[in-house]
Amino acid sequence: MRTSVGEPATAADATGSRRSWALVVLPVGVVVVAVAALAVGRYTVPFDRVLAILLGQLLPLPPTWTGTEATTVLQVRLPRVLLSMVVGAGLAVCGAVLQAVFRNPIVSPQILGVSSGASFGGALAIILGLGYAALVTGAFAFGLLALVAVYLVSRVGGTAPPLMIVLSGIVVGAFFTALVSLLTYLADPYDELQSIVFWLLGSLATATYAKVAVAGVPAVAGVVLILALRWRINVLSLGDEDAATLGLRPGPTRWLLLTTVAAVVAGAVAVSGVIGWVGLVVPHLARLWVGPDHRVLLPVTVLIGAAYLTVIDTLTRTIGAAEIPLGVLTAVIGAPVFLLLLRRSRRRMWADA
Amino acid sequence: MLELEDLGFAHPGGDWLFRGVRHRLRAGEITTVLGPNGRGKTTLLRCIVGLTAPTRGRVRSHGPIGFVPQSHQTTFAFRVLDMVLMGRARHLRPFASPGRHDRRIALAALDRVGLIHLAERDYPTLSGGERQLVLIARAIAADGRVLVLDEPASALDLRNQGRVLHLLRGLADDGMAVLLTTHHPDHAVEIADTAMLMFSADDVRVGPAPDLLTEDAVGALYGVRARTLAFDDGGLARTVIVTRHEPPEPGSSNRPVPGSRPPVDTGGARHR
Repeated sequence: MRTSVGEPATAADATGSRRSWALVVLPVGVVVVAVAALAVGRYTVPFDRVLAILLGQLLPLPPTWTGTEATTVLQVRLPRVLLSMVVGAGLAVCGAVLQAVFRNPIVSPQILGVSSGASFGGALAIILGLGYAALVTGAFAFGLLALVAVYLVSRVGGTAPPLMIVLSGIVVGAFFTALVSLLTYLADPYDELQSIVFWLLGSLATATYAKVAVAGVPAVAGVVLILALRWRINVLSLGDEDAATLGLRPGPTRWLLLTTVAAVVAGAVAVSGVIGWVGLVVPHLARLWVGPDHRVLLPVTVLIGAAYLTVIDTLTRTIGAAEIPLGVLTAVIGAPVFLLLLRRSRRRMWADA
Repeated sequence: MLELEDLGFAHPGGDWLFRGVRHRLRAGEITTVLGPNGRGKTTLLRCIVGLTAPTRGRVRSHGPIGFVPQSHQTTFAFRVLDMVLMGRARHLRPFASPGRHDRRIALAALDRVGLIHLAERDYPTLSGGERQLVLIARAIAADGRVLVLDEPASALDLRNQGRVLHLLRGLADDGMAVLLTTHHPDHAVEIADTAMLMFSADDVRVGPAPDLLTEDAVGALYGVRARTLAFDDGGLARTVIVTRHEPPEPGSSNRPVPGSRPPVDTGGARHR
């Protein structure tokens, strides 16, 4: 994408077409991925029948499908696919927002300890024998607490050096992870221990429409708010002082965004445990494709995130005889992909890494 | 356009960095602020643009102040046009993105600084001089009538220094009020109407640039021995200030010296 001074028009066309292409291709891609994910599995439903079943819910179509197929698609796979799309899109866009707010391209909900904080909050609710609402609330409260702690600790004399942010995140994350270990040690081994461990493993296998709602409401609301602020996020990523002299009040905007991130991550952690790497890898993929302008980057990140986690979750239940834990596969795929991106795109994605 | 009323700043529990700074900057005028490192030029600028609260006094401005920081690196490699568009932030509602109107203004600002051909380039790939000009374009796009710049020419080579200074003079002639800090007395002599010399916390002098920028004053300001050279630049009378290779006399450095006329005539030395 480097062009010489003499040919700005070519560069403009390239960037422009790249951007519009992404926003046309991606929604189609997400639908294709979703339909494919509904079709494949131990019991394969033909592609056209999946479409017919879905359309049959909206239109009065003559049933060309069997009852088993309808049950598999609508009751077993659809909640899981919806959940993977919601969680993937939410985690990915949260990663992109955190990278902008902290002005640091290597942060994500997991690296900043938000996921650990949220899992502690959720585990605490389980130990105390509180209900599902408390699990979600606890996840949100401690996720936000972790984020605020990282933000305050990493600020040295008004600025936050990138290394300091990452170190604070690792420390805060380790602290909450230790607290989670303490809770599992204290937990009743016949009842609570199982639910905590099972929950923390990170899985979408127990998806229900209720869980789709739990993760979906904060994710959809959060994505709407974040997309509404997408241009402000550009200005905010210049740094507080630049933003302030340009007429933006950085404080309120940042806290609104951090609170939103905590809510979306809490929703995701509550239904699926800790799923790493999505919030780091997907924004980088998106930035490599359409550049750093958040007006385009954020919608592209949402769409890639939805497709990415759906593909990986479908792999967990199709490539082996037994289901592979989702958290394991996101890391096994995410880590090498991220390293590849790092090496290939250092100079294009960031000003100066 | 811009009025500084008895402006003063002291770090909490510390001595005054400066106080009693008064100045009225009119449309079409350029003021340059000069002073040695650490005398508070940057802090004064931060007080003017609202990044630092002054300990006393206040700043009054007709409309928003466009601020041009020293050219910096951004975390993300935004395109030049997108950087300039960010100047529109104060005119847009919180959930709005810049529209066609803002884009036209940004392109006009880029054209004004002579970088329209770089609109689609990535900002970090530009040279230091070009980045400085982009930041000036961003301030122009903000539609303010007051422009404040922090050492806009310091990190630039000779050609780019000239480019930036010429642009600033042109913006002032278009009716903007411009205030900048600089380390080069020559820059002040070349483009400024008014100079502000920060001798000490209680001695900040403001006056017409040619009157104030004498050999003695510049020498005292920086603790050097200065020499003014006047010459004919193709029919245009110009002045440059150079340092002399002699050690300063004991006791003469950093002491406020009453301004005196230079031995050579520098009247009308401003170059427009």
